[in-house]
Amino acid sequence: MQVILDQDRCCSSGQCVLTAPEVFEQSDEDGLVTLRQEHPAPGLHADVRLAAVLCPGGAITASEAAGAP
Amino acid sequence: MTTTPTAPAALALPAAHGSCPFDPPPAYDQAARQGTVTPAELPDGAFCWLVTGHHEVRTVLSDPRFSADARHPGFPFLTPGRRALAVTNPSFIRMDDPEHARLRRMVTKDFLVHRVDAMRPGIQRIVDETLDRMTAAGATADLVTDFALPVPSLVICLLLGVPYEDHELFQAQSRTLLDNRATQSEVEAAQRRLIDYLTELAARKKREPADDMLSRLAAREDVSPAEIASTGLLLLVAGHETTANMTALSTVALLRRPEQAARLRADPGLVRGAVEELLRYLTIVQSGLARVAVEDVDLGGTLVRAGQGVLAMLSTANRDEELFGAADELEVSRDARRHLAFGFGVHQCLGQPLARAELQIALETLLRRLPGLRITVPEEQLVFRGHSVVYGVDSLPVAW
Ligand code: SF4
Repeated sequence: MQVILDQDRCCSSGQCVLTAPEVFEQSDEDGLVTLRQEHPAPGLHADVRLAAVLCPGGAITASEAAGAP
Repeated sequence: MTTTPTAPAALALPAAHGSCPFDPPPAYDQAARQGTVTPAELPDGAFCWLVTGHHEVRTVLSDPRFSADARHPGFPFLTPGRRALAVTNPSFIRMDDPEHARLRRMVTKDFLVHRVDAMRPGIQRIVDETLDRMTAAGATADLVTDFALPVPSLVICLLLGVPYEDHELFQAQSRTLLDNRATQSEVEAAQRRLIDYLTELAARKKREPADDMLSRLAAREDVSPAEIASTGLLLLVAGHETTANMTALSTVALLRRPEQAARLRADPGLVRGAVEELLRYLTIVQSGLARVAVEDVDLGGTLVRAGQGVLAMLSTANRDEELFGAADELEVSRDARRHLAFGFGVHQCLGQPLARAELQIALETLLRRLPGLRITVPEEQLVFRGHSVVYGVDSLPVAW
């Protein structure tokens, strides 16, 4: 799985940090989402998918395209 | 296929409550049973769409073809007071990007998850001291005025830099602002008092800055005094009214289902999930979030035309049976994270990490410290605030 962020769509709601704190964090400066890891381990995939669903700005894409580790 | 119904059913908005004070008004439920997007009539006679399905509510709140800018003709208002409020001193909840993002981003910093986590010990102290005062004063209390309202008021005052001693002024004015029965001139007067109060406070903070949000805003060159006042007003009102009502209403809901309260007492670790479930079940913004279509949109098979108003009904979306089985039941251990109680899209509640922390701490502490907590009047005597933008209970007589 590869996690892709569109920071322009982030409204700093923090939903992603609450849902998958191992993968997402909020920058201290402006609260915009940043990634702690781009290719989370399979055990985190369900949380990342939920974070993508919960993100109010649609800023998170979890890509499971062939080839993505 | 898209359909455009001919004659809208006249639905009085905001709708009256039915026999269960926790369920969405029956008229909204009935609309939800007819379809996810149904025609309705506003009190001023204007047409609008009532959007009741979870999927469609998310679409309305996240698709830029629906605008939050109340200056658009066709924007739906439930009362003339709400129109006055949105148009005279609009805060960023009534703006679209990029104007909205510019103002919102100035205050996001204080609501980040890790910032709020660092505030938890301070919130715990406020909750404990408020309970100490309440229990020291006797064996009965009004849980609204003695606990549910002071806790979030103290927290938001600290964060914004508003002196808590002025709470009577801003609590009374906030109630008027949110009251659907208030006349336009009453709402305008309340708003003016709050704007004047905050403008003066911000000017003082500019001269004598402290470590708080109003001081930081006042020090900036890129934000006008009017913008500071309207942002301060939004955060002050939203910061205490919503959490206060959630705390009181959650207590009623939990005491009414003692087995749910017992589960929480036995396992305080459940409180995070329980707060999400209470947010879902109670959905205190019951009259919906207003938007206006700025382009024609096919919404769940219904054609919404540019210029038509829509009301996104969070309460019925949160009772979606497909997402939440037995949706009309309060079940503290269910996974309710997909609820829309904080809204959705770029306007989703900015203060939600703070609201969550306050509710988790307040409810856990209340149940732990007062194991014998009970309501001292029959439920029929509780006065629910169906007339307010933020649903709640007017007063809650309790003993322990
Ligand atoms: S959930 Fe979305 S909008 Fe909220 S902080 Fe994360 S990326 Fe940003």
